[in-house]
Amino acid sequence: MDVRHPLDRYLRTDRLPHIWCPGCGIGIAVSSLLRAIDRRVAEGLFTHDEVAAVSGIGCTARATFYLNFDSAHVIHGRAIPFAIGLKLVRPNLKVIVIGGDGDIAAIGGNHLLHAARRNVDLTVVMVNNMIYGMTGGQVAPTTPPNVYTTTTPSGNYEYAINIVKLLSALNVNYLARASVTHPHILERYLYTALGKEGLAFVEVISPCPEVFGRHIGYRDPVELFKKFKSMIKYEERPSLDKSDITLNLDKEVVIGEFVNSSRESFIKIIDRLGR
Amino acid sequence: MTATSGPGFSLMVEGLSLAIMTETPLVIAYVMRAGPSTGIATKSGQYDVMQVRWAAHGNYEIVAYAPWSVQELYDLTIKSFNVSEALRVPVILLSDAALAHIWERVVIADPGEVIIINRKKPKVSKELYRPFEPEEDLVPPMACFGEGYKVLVESLTHDEKGYYKPSNEVQRKLVWRLVNKVRKNKDMLFDSASYFTEDAEYVVVAYGSTARSAYALVKDLRSSGIKIGLYRPKLLWPVDEEGLIKATYTAKKVFVVENNIGVYVNEVSRILKHREVISIPVIDIEVPTPDAIFEVMREWM
Repeated sequence: MDVRHPLDRYLRTDRLPHIWCPGCGIGIAVSSLLRAIDRRVAEGLFTHDEVAAVSGIGCTARATFYLNFDSAHVIHGRAIPFAIGLKLVRPNLKVIVIGGDGDIAAIGGNHLLHAARRNVDLTVVMVNNMIYGMTGGQVAPTTPPNVYTTTTPSGNYEYAINIVKLLSALNVNYLARASVTHPHILERYLYTALGKEGLAFVEVISPCPEVFGRHIGYRDPVELFKKFKSMIKYEERPSLDKSDITLNLDKEVVIGEFVNSSRESFIKIIDRLGR
Repeated sequence: MTATSGPGFSLMVEGLSLAIMTETPLVIAYVMRAGPSTGIATKSGQYDVMQVRWAAHGNYEIVAYAPWSVQELYDLTIKSFNVSEALRVPVILLSDAALAHIWERVVIADPGEVIIINRKKPKVSKELYRPFEPEEDLVPPMACFGEGYKVLVESLTHDEKGYYKPSNEVQRKLVWRLVNKVRKNKDMLFDSASYFTEDAEYVVVAYGSTARSAYALVKDLRSSGIKIGLYRPKLLWPVDEEGLIKATYTAKKVFVVENNIGVYVNEVSRILKHREVISIPVIDIEVPTPDAIFEVMREWM
């Protein structure tokens, strides 16, 4: 009997198995995204053919290998500009950008900034593992202070970027942080994000046992997952003051919806002013 | 289409590389200015002839045109679009600051008069479509996002489905197809002009704004009885080797006049290996004058 998973229609199943390491959180992030997409398709908000996925380079960016939508796997950090171009030419499409913190917040940081400033109609999913995973564990702008990485053998001298605080200062319509340790909340945020006009951004805290976990003393995937789970604190509408991620073992990482507004979106402004 | 000059183009190169790999039709109007780096804004030069050929990493063929007048900017813009759509390749319209600032009379064609070539669309069903499966001309039909084909645009080395395949077989096949789809369709690209070359003992090779001065000089020298001609490639890349050989057939000496340190001359020397090819580099932040060119050329004549 040919048993197919109900979400298989959204996957290029001939490319499976995927490349992600055992214990990696990206799989949970992608499956949550697919469930959220499936619910929106079932509601008729958009069709399967109207979804486009764009990614840059990195572990998370490999998601477009497997997503059975019109998709583009482009250059490092430039998924957002590609997606903006696509949205401008095909405004009827639901354009989803999926990438890691290195791709979206580091090399692509400036593009993110201006996409947020313009409130471009995109769903941006940033899987944050706080490290450059694919390239072997180099420090990232999202790496918490003091952490040992392959490029910070004495510990990280730098403060981490708080992407939630950064984007909250701009014009995004939706800004949430979720964690793969709480997939039901993650799915809910992705579902909400997919229903928004303007820029909807979901940061997804995700364990990378192979590289990041090893550096912080949690090489075992289950131990790292449990550690992350114990640190996550859910608040419905947390204050921005609580959005820093320090990874102090006694400090919480707060997940929740930080911004949920309905400013006029980029495409709506273009429609109003005329092309 | 996008438009830029050297500093902007340098920033765009990774995107150009992506366009080559993903076979995205693209026209770049590149207005050369004095460089390196910020150089002199709004001033001219022809320094970037090799940059447009080799800017991106990897191996590929790219197309570049060098217009010499406002009319040709118009005509070659149309041609650039047609070539980039037909071959799914980036085309660079290599202008310079001198051309960008001049005012000239232009004849604009009526809409019906312009030949427009659009990219090929898929002829097979959505299920059978493979985004990088070429036809006989080595160019794959192009489905767009939103049409239901589940296109995969891939920057990694990919097979016909767009799937990443890190193997010799796929890499060789892809790279050679990216190169050969341009080489095998070169007849649609070629464009050049020859003046007084039939019996010329000397042939000047010049392109773009510099060719305007070279043309004035050649006409002057002709009227004083010197058998000299001008060959002006409008297509810089890929090089029209046969056109160059034909235009310089009777020449004892070939002068390559450029507003740079002499860069395209290396291509000319390579192709005309049994001829005397002389580089005439005249750096001028406007356009080299006929006198300035002649001053350098005279000692070789």
